[in-house]
Amino acid sequence: MLDRGKLLTADDAAPTDRSIGGGVAHVYAPVRLWHWANAAAILVLSLTGYLIGTGTPAMKGEASGNFLFGYIRFAHFAAGYVASVGFLLRIYWALMGNAHAIQIFCVPLWRGCFWREVYQEILWYAFLTGDPDRRPGHDRLAQLAMFFMFTQTITFMVVTGFALYGQGAGTDSWQYKVFGWLFSIWPNSQDVHTLHHLGLWVIVMFALVHIYAVIREDIISRRSFFSKKIG
Amino acid sequence: MDDATETFYSVIRRQGITRRSFHKFCSVTAASLGLGSLTASNIAHALETKPRVPVIWLHGLECTCCSESFIRSAHPLIKDALLSMISLDYDDTIMAAAGHQAEAILEETRAKYKGRYVLAVEGNPPLKEGGMFCIDGGKPFVEKLRWMAEGAMAIIAWGTCASWGCVQAAKPNPTGAAPIDKVITDKPIIKVPGCPPIAEIMSGLVTFIVTFGKLPELDRQGRPSMFYSERIHDKCYRRSHFDAGQFVEEWDDRYARKGYCLYKMGCKGPTTYNACSAVRWNGGVSFPVQSGHGCLGCSEDGFWDKGSFYDRLTTIKQFGIEENADKIGMAAAGVLGLTVAAHAAVTAVKRLTHKPDRAAGKGKPS
Repeated sequence: MLDRGKLLTADDAAPTDRSIGGGVAHVYAPVRLWHWANAAAILVLSLTGYLIGTGTPAMKGEASGNFLFGYIRFAHFAAGYVASVGFLLRIYWALMGNAHAIQIFCVPLWRGCFWREVYQEILWYAFLTGDPDRRPGHDRLAQLAMFFMFTQTITFMVVTGFALYGQGAGTDSWQYKVFGWLFSIWPNSQDVHTLHHLGLWVIVMFALVHIYAVIREDIISRRSFFSKKIG
Repeated sequence: MDDATETFYSVIRRQGITRRSFHKFCSVTAASLGLGSLTASNIAHALETKPRVPVIWLHGLECTCCSESFIRSAHPLIKDALLSMISLDYDDTIMAAAGHQAEAILEETRAKYKGRYVLAVEGNPPLKEGGMFCIDGGKPFVEKLRWMAEGAMAIIAWGTCASWGCVQAAKPNPTGAAPIDKVITDKPIIKVPGCPPIAEIMSGLVTFIVTFGKLPELDRQGRPSMFYSERIHDKCYRRSHFDAGQFVEEWDDRYARKGYCLYKMGCKGPTTYNACSAVRWNGGVSFPVQSGHGCLGCSEDGFWDKGSFYDRLTTIKQFGIEENADKIGMAAAGVLGLTVAAHAAVTAVKRLTHKPDRAAGKGKPS
C-alpha cells in the first residue's frame, strides 16, 4: 500500500501529510481510479491518434469487407470520451475532494517559498545536493510538470478533439456548437489537426518523464524506507 | 441600367430566350439550391417581377479564375442570361466601356443605387505602401474598394483571394495583400472561397440574393451554409475506402488504379469545406479526387502556407527546418528519452559509488 501510495503521490503531486499514514488508500481512491482509467484512455488515444495521422497499410479486399480505419477512429473517439468525462470528474474532485486534489489545477506560482522548493528540487535532480530530504521540492517540480504538460495539454486536446469531431459529426452537432468557436481562431482546421498532433507528443513526453520520475522515486524511497526500517 | 424598373424576365426575353428555357433554368436553379419543387415557380415569379439588382464587379489582385469559372456555369441559360439578368453594371474584364467611361459608370451606380447594389469583389487589396501595388483607374485599389463598399447593400467576396488572401497573401506576403473583410468591417460580406469557386455556387448565390432579396444563411466563417457546411471528405465517393483503411501509397500504384482513398497522398478533403464532391465541376463531370488527385484545400484559409500539397501532416516552419508534427514530436521525445536514460544512469552510478547518509534519508513517505 505504501508503494502504491507513493506512486499516487507523484500522480497527484500532492505534498503528503505524514499524519495521513494508513489512510492513504482512502484519501486517494478517486484519484487512483481516475489515474488508471485516464492512463488507459491516453494509451489508446496515442496509438490510434498516431495511426489516424499517418494512415494504415492498405487492407486487402473490397471496401465493403473492411472497416479498419473506421474501428481505429471509433476507438480514438471512444477513448476520447472516456478521457474527457474522466477529466470532468477529476475537476469535480479537485473542487470537492481533499486539499491535495486541486494541486494539478492550481500552482502557487506567486509564492516565494514555492520557487525556493523548486530550486532545491532542481539541485536534487541535478545531483548537486546530496540531501535526500527532498519531500516538498519533488512535489513542486512534479506539480509544475503536471500543470504545464498534463493538465493544460489535456484541456487543449479535449477542446481541439471535440472541435475536430464536430466537423465530422456535422455543423449542426452539439460538438460543433460547443467547440466550433475554435475555428474562429484557426479557420483552416488543418492547423487544428497539426496542433492536436503536436499535443500527442507533449503527452508522450510527459508520460516519459512521469514514469521515469515515479519509478526512480519508488526505487530510491524504498531504499530509504528499508534503511529506516532496518535502522 | 437607365431603366431601374426593368425586370429580369424582360431582359431574358429580350435576349431571345424562350419561356420554356426560362422555366427550365428556374427548375435547375431550385434543384441546385436544394429547394423544393414549388420554389421553381417562386424563382420564376421573382425574376418576372423584381427589378434587376445592380452588381458592381471589382478586380483587385487576382488571376481572373473566378470570372473564368463563373462564365463556365454549366447551364447554358446561366451563361447566356444570368450575366445579363443581374445588371452587371461594371466588370472591367468583360465590359465594353473602358477608361473614363467605365469609371463614370461606377460613380453613377454608386449615386443612383446607393444602398441597393451588390458589390462583388474578385481578388484582394494590397495594403503595404499605401496600396500602391495595385493601381486601378489611377488610384490604389484599396481606396476604390472602400469607396464602392460604402454604398453597397452587401459584398460578395469571390474566391479565396477576397475571402482568405490566397497566393498573394502567402508568406512572406510582400505586398501586404489582405482579405477584404480586413478592410471592410461595417458591411455584410459573403465569402465564396475556392480557387476558383464552383460556377454553380457562384450563379446559385447570385440567384438566391436576387430571388429572396436577402443574404443566405452564413456560417461562422461568413460562407453560405448551403454550399460550405460539409467537407469534401463528407460526401467523397472514396470515403468507403477511407473507412476501410484502403489508401493509395504512391502515385500510379495498384491502389491508385483501384481508386482507393488519397488520404496518405496528402488529400486535404478532411479539412476542406466546399461542395466539390457534391456539385462537382464543369457541369458535374468530375472533381479533383475523382480525377485521381487529392484535394489541395483551395477554399481554406492559408492553403498555400500549409506545406506540401502531398503530405498529410502540415510542415511547421517555426522550427527553422521544415518538419511536420510527427518528426518534431519524435525528435523531442527521443532527446527527452536519452536525457531520461542518462539521468537514470547517473542516478545508478551515484547510488553505487556514493552511500547516502541514511540517517537523513527519509525519502518520501506516503
